Order: sequence, then C-alpha cells, then structure tokens
Amino acid sequence: MEALQLFLDNFADWDSFVRIWPLLWQGLQLTVLLSIVTLPVAAAAGLLIAILYSFHNRPLNVALLIWIDLFRSFPVLVLLILIFYGLPFLGLTLPSFAACVLALTLNHSGYYGEIFRAGIEAIPPGQREAARALGLHPLQVIFLVILPQAIARVLAPLASNSLELVKTTSIAALVALPELLRSARVAQEQTYNPTPLTAAAIIFFVLLFPFARWVARLERDMIMRQR
Amino acid sequence: MTPLLDNFFNRQILAQYGPSILGGFRLTVEVALATIAIGVITGLVLAIVRAMRWKPADIVIIVFVDIFRTLPQLVVIVFLYFGLPYADIQLSPFAATTLALGAVLAAFATEIFWAAIQAVPQGQWDAARSLGLGFLEILFLIILPQAIRIAVPLLTNRAIAITKGTALGTAVSLPELLGRAQSSMAIAANPSPLTLAAAFYLLFFVPLVVASRWLEGLGSPKTSSGRH
Repeated sequence: MEALQLFLDNFADWDSFVRIWPLLWQGLQLTVLLSIVTLPVAAAAGLLIAILYSFHNRPLNVALLIWIDLFRSFPVLVLLILIFYGLPFLGLTLPSFAACVLALTLNHSGYYGEIFRAGIEAIPPGQREAARALGLHPLQVIFLVILPQAIARVLAPLASNSLELVKTTSIAALVALPELLRSARVAQEQTYNPTPLTAAAIIFFVLLFPFARWVARLERDMIMRQR
Repeated sequence: MTPLLDNFFNRQILAQYGPSILGGFRLTVEVALATIAIGVITGLVLAIVRAMRWKPADIVIIVFVDIFRTLPQLVVIVFLYFGLPYADIQLSPFAATTLALGAVLAAFATEIFWAAIQAVPQGQWDAARSLGLGFLEILFLIILPQAIRIAVPLLTNRAIAITKGTALGTAVSLPELLGRAQSSMAIAANPSPLTLAAAFYLLFFVPLVVASRWLEGLGSPKTSSGRH
C-alpha cells in the first residue's frame, strides 16, 4: 500500500495536475488543431496521386510511384527536421506549425496515395468501361463509380493510417511546437514531477482509444477475410 | 545552384562529419534490429498465450496491447526516459528507445498473430485432434505455420513503420543517425550532414518499402494496400 501511495504521489499527483492543467489544455488544443488541419490535406493529396495514377500514363505512373515510395521511406521526423532546420539555409523559414503540416502531408501523401491506389486498382476494369459506355464523364466515373467501391475495400488501412497520422503529430514537440507532449515536458521540468507526462499519456489514450479499437476491428476483419 | 550545393552537398563538411554520421547509421540499424527482435518475439509469445485461452492472462495481454497500440511512440519513449527516473529507474537512451518501440511493435504483432491464428479454420483443429495430436502439437505443427504465413505481409508493414521510429531516439539524445546529423549541422552551421543522413535513411528504407509492396502483392493481390 505504501508503495502504491508513493507511486501515486509521484506519477499521479492531483495538486500538480490541477496546477498544470491550463498548460496541458493549451497543448491539447494545438494537437487537435494540427490533426484536423493535416488530415484532410494529406488525404486529398493521396487521393489526387491515386486518381492521376488511374489514368495509366506510364511515365506519369513511374513518377507517382517514386513519389509514394520516397515519402513512405522517409522517417517523418527526418522530413520535419529537413524542412524546419534545413530550408532556412535556402532562405525559406517556416514557422513550426507550418513545417509540421508540410512534413506530415508529404509523408502521408505517400501512405494515402498507396492505399487509394491499391483500392482503385482492385476494381475490375469492366466497371470503368461500363460506366463510360453509359455516357458518364471520366470524372463522374471516378467519383461516382470507382471511388465508393475502392474506399470500401481499403477502409481498414485508411482508418489505420489516419490514426497513425494523429499519433504522429506528437513529433511537433521536437521543433518546439507546444502541443500536448511538449507542454507536458515543459510542465514536468517546471514541477520536477512526472505527473504532467502521466496526464498527457492518459489524455492521448482516452482520446485515441475508441478509434484504435475500431481500427483493430477493421484490421481483424480484413485478416479473417483472407483465409 | 551554388547556395544549394554549398549548403546541402558541401564536400568538405561531408568529409569531416561523414565518419560520425556513419557511426550514427550503425546505431540506427542496431536499434532497428533490436526493436524488431523484441517486438516480433514478444508478439508471437503473447499470441500463443492468448491461444491457450486463460482468462487472467488474456486480460493482462489485452490491456498491454491496447495501451501500446494507442499511445504515440514518442510519448512512450519520453515517458520511459523522463518519467521512470522518478521511480528510480534510469534507462539509457538506447534502452528507452528500443524498449518503447519494441513494446509498440509487440502490441501490433500480438494483434496480428492472434487474428491470424483465429483465421486458420476451426476444422484444422478438429482434424488434428481427431488424429490424436495434443494442444501444443496442433498449435506449433499445424496452426502456427499457416498463421504466420497469413501474418507476414501485415507484420512486415508494421515492423517497417515502427522501425522508422528509431529517429525518435534523438528526442532522448540517442546518438543515432538523425541525432548525429543534427549536432553536426549545429556545429558546422551547414545542413550537409542532414542531407547525408537523409540519404542513409533512404538507402535503408527504400528497399524495405519496395520489398513490402512486392510481398503484399504475393499474399493477396485483391486487397494489397499501402498501410503503415
């Protein structure tokens, strides 16, 4: 019991939590803002890549595959450091928020691009031909016929990737953007107490857990369908 | 063009800091291998334990998986390195990074192996039991070889994605590739070391990413996808 009390005093001290809550709340808002700005931009970029790919122009497709594999291969933190600390040497200084949005978007345009591409390529060509024969415009064919089926097919990786994107926003802490993790580190150093870190971990967990469970179920269903 | 060359491909600076960055690359590879070993082995063991369907163990494993599948990798690394010392546990940057990434990979690997074990049709269990095989024989000789084949494409993708997190070690001053490049860049006031580090990362990960696409194509052409 004594050990538990000691642990709680250290890692979950209510008084320090109350003291640092305003800081964490600011950080949480920034984490949410970064996520809701980056998610749609990165997904749209990936979708654009996949749609361009679906026209099956050979040189263009080679270029698109290089883009996808290049940005999937970069650890996102390396991209972020290149953008935030490297670009200023070329006279282009981005604020940390913009640098994070750019790094996450480039990285995840590769992931989303590959996911949407795989989904679209899995739709039998007959669908496209039939829709064209009915007189639909090529864009109508993509958005009304191909994409709804493609997205249904790759829902699990789409959801999983979106969750990873939100989790990855925490690397913004390393370029001094005061999102949730960074705020917790600052608070921990001010209070000489790890409670802010525990609190940040719990906030991340509570926020992401329902989504993580949903993603796990989608992935499990996908594995089960493979048998 | 000249500012670009001087800044990002400065040969003098590359020659000066090259050896240190190469050392960082070696450490990155070590962290990556340790992470994969910890993650995959732990994941396989936990999935086997789940297959035994012993309630108390199930609950512990589910809690472990949920925690480490949900939390961002960097949060886990930072917690282990900056939080645990308050409980008188001081991990080295290497230990904190590999344990954190290993735990995250273990969580995903447990999920994947367990789903793959369940994906093997029940009839296989029944047939093997009717032949007189025991639980462990069935599991290790009949079920696991099939389950592992189902698990490989998903597991490869996860392992690659999480291995890219080795760069996060720089947050706890692990002198791996990115960390060395950053400190070299600060000393030299020139980003060429960063270019070199980026080239090393691509050298390491591009073949893995390309191979994983190929592997997925082999497994199931209809559902291949570029997940993490």
